[in-house]
Amino acid sequence: MSDTVIPYMVKPHPVTGIPNGKFGIWLFLASEVMLFGALFSSYVLIRSGAPHWPPEGGLSSEILDVPKATFNTAVLITSSITMVLAWASCKLGNLGKFKLWMGITIALSFVFLIVKYFEYAHKFELGHTPAHDNFYAIYFTMIGLHGVHIIGGIIVNTYLLTWGSKLWKTDSVHFTNRVENAGLYWHFVDLVWIFLFPSLYLL
Amino acid sequence: MSVETHAHANGNGHAHDHGDHGHGDHGHELPFWRKYIFSVDHKVIGIQYTVTALVFLMFGFCLMMLMRWQLAYPGQPMPVIAKWIGETAMPGGVMAPEFYNQLGAMHGTIMVFLGVVPLAVGGFGNFVMPLQIGAPDMAFPRINLASYWIFLPGCILMLCGFFVPGGAAQSGWTSYPPLSDLATTGQTVWLLAMVLIITSSLLGSINFIVTIVQMRAKGLTFWRLPFFVHAQLVTAFLLLLAFPPLEAASVLQLMDRLAGTSFFLPSGLVVSGEQLKVAGGGSPLLWQHLFWFLAHPEVYVLILPALGIVAEVIANNTRKPLWGYRLLVYSVIFLGFMSFVVWAHHMFMTGMGTTMSTFFQTTTMIISIPSVVIVTCMLMSLYGGNIRFTTPMLFATAFLPMFAIGGLTGLPLGLTASDIYLHDTFYVIGHFHYVVAPGTLFALFAGIYYWYPKATGRQMNPTLGKIHFWLSFIAINFVFMPMFFQGMAGLSRRLYDPTVYAHGRGVQELNVVISMGAWALGVSQIFFIINFFMSLKNGEKVLENPWNATTLEWAAPSPPGHGNFLTEPVVYREPYEYSVPGHANDYSPQFVAEGK
Repeated sequence: MSDTVIPYMVKPHPVTGIPNGKFGIWLFLASEVMLFGALFSSYVLIRSGAPHWPPEGGLSSEILDVPKATFNTAVLITSSITMVLAWASCKLGNLGKFKLWMGITIALSFVFLIVKYFEYAHKFELGHTPAHDNFYAIYFTMIGLHGVHIIGGIIVNTYLLTWGSKLWKTDSVHFTNRVENAGLYWHFVDLVWIFLFPSLYLL
Repeated sequence: MSVETHAHANGNGHAHDHGDHGHGDHGHELPFWRKYIFSVDHKVIGIQYTVTALVFLMFGFCLMMLMRWQLAYPGQPMPVIAKWIGETAMPGGVMAPEFYNQLGAMHGTIMVFLGVVPLAVGGFGNFVMPLQIGAPDMAFPRINLASYWIFLPGCILMLCGFFVPGGAAQSGWTSYPPLSDLATTGQTVWLLAMVLIITSSLLGSINFIVTIVQMRAKGLTFWRLPFFVHAQLVTAFLLLLAFPPLEAASVLQLMDRLAGTSFFLPSGLVVSGEQLKVAGGGSPLLWQHLFWFLAHPEVYVLILPALGIVAEVIANNTRKPLWGYRLLVYSVIFLGFMSFVVWAHHMFMTGMGTTMSTFFQTTTMIISIPSVVIVTCMLMSLYGGNIRFTTPMLFATAFLPMFAIGGLTGLPLGLTASDIYLHDTFYVIGHFHYVVAPGTLFALFAGIYYWYPKATGRQMNPTLGKIHFWLSFIAINFVFMPMFFQGMAGLSRRLYDPTVYAHGRGVQELNVVISMGAWALGVSQIFFIINFFMSLKNGEKVLENPWNATTLEWAAPSPPGHGNFLTEPVVYREPYEYSVPGHANDYSPQFVAEGK
């Protein structure tokens, strides 16, 4: 038997105009929208059912650490830009530049997580655990799940930076596509944060 | 992984395993575990899903057969089997109420998430769909592999629930809080297993959609796709978009159970006479909304692949084109859309308000229209046909009235006024089992008998098949028909002992009839099991196209090798060109050019 060649792994499909991987990642993002959509809906429902929000009184912007979150927003947006630059370097055929920008992207992701760690640690010191009330429950669950997505992104990006980049030698177009797909995911994770930040910290 | 090239080797010659890349090593045999266990071949994965799902269907059915003892003979010790189950679950041979609840919850969960969906989508979808569109494999073979190997640990984890303290999940397959929030450890296991199973189906659905859209053979336009493929495409979209909210809900319930949050726990909840020490402020209704937002589309995930299978079998055995093929496709797409806006018809009794109820009652009445269109099209397809009553055709024909009974008895449940009376009674059980058991499962049996020759190169024994069909058909109606009468008498669906109420005692004799029917149904499946295994060795050998069918899967060898087709298939015509006037054969396959 001959080996199996999957069509449109690298070449775009003449009708849809994209290769399989990019189509797949868009579908995956559609399901992610439903996942976070369900969580945002739950947040709206629980918040609108509560007599006060946050239940213990005060304002979300006073209870939560807005400066740290603002800093983190800047970090994530910057990492999205460096992700695009990493992809653009691939497009221009410069693997060295790709490694630089991808390295910065991963470093920024770690910065985000470290800031997050200090933010969480402070909350736990004050005894503000998820069990404290539903305000904290929502805060920890949604941002926690977003954090899991950040970790997922770090794993994928690290793979592309290290072992994954060997593909560059044999098929640079395929590798560039992979970077683009990882980028699409990364922008989505960024976008979720853009929604999370105002709706949890500011409103 | 790293040296893999886009000339994605499938099964044969995974260059990255050996560190040298290229095409030089395609000739050599793969080790057993790469070929049959961790295979990336969609056919092997499809068969893995099929066998796993059949095992779980049998297991889930066994749980029900145990429950039927308690329902038929409440409080009487169970002979023989009780000893094997042990004293905790069956003290003195009598089923403990907690164990009864575990059986109920796990029966529902296993049948839906570990049985029917994996068989209909994971099994048939994986095996048949790529063949029908003339693709060499799925678009992402390794994601396909991952999908099965996330699914299987999920299944095993689900079973582990039985062995944790307090036993398996007891809160029904719907896991309504606040009870499920406060239930024993088994519920946590249930949630974790569900997260795995949901992730698996998510990966599967992405693969299906990309494969159908990107990898159709030359000439295979959307209006030339077999109806089964259309059904799988809509199903994949439902899985893709409806499952994530349940994943979110599972995460929230896990937080409630493990981190002490109160997403689903309202303030001031009193348990066993004491106020629960939680923050409160949550909403049990929130779970119901999230759950049914998945679980109503899930109903269509259960039924759409079945409709697809029945369409294939009917067209093939009536030897005429499907009546209203385009109408069928439009209906199935409309069903897919509508299934997202009917979920709260499961919640008329929750007091969510008349405006909401009216909206969901209206959408529910609308969604019944495409379903009726589909059944009508299939009935019209039978009309005037020269029907071959093969085993698959028997199951497919029986599907039509069974599905119709199931569907039509759903209408009173979709109307708020009659639902108030019938809600959560045995009528509901009868209704959805008619859709899923003699409906979907019969269609799935039809599919197994129909595609078995493609998967194995041998026919299943027709005599055993017919015995299996007639016994199952008779027994299954003894199981579900009496439930409508019990339900109309007001008998609640989750009663451990139906005789505690006077209105339950009036219909108790029917419970004996149902249980006898269920056990007879269990015995009937022995014919299927024997047939399934015996035919592997003794079945009549077949060539590519034993049913004289027209769709692409019959162009490939039986069983198809790696890469499926010997030459790249090209499609010349619509999928069901049977009995074309002026042709020598009564079938004109899609893959044969005009005049050949």
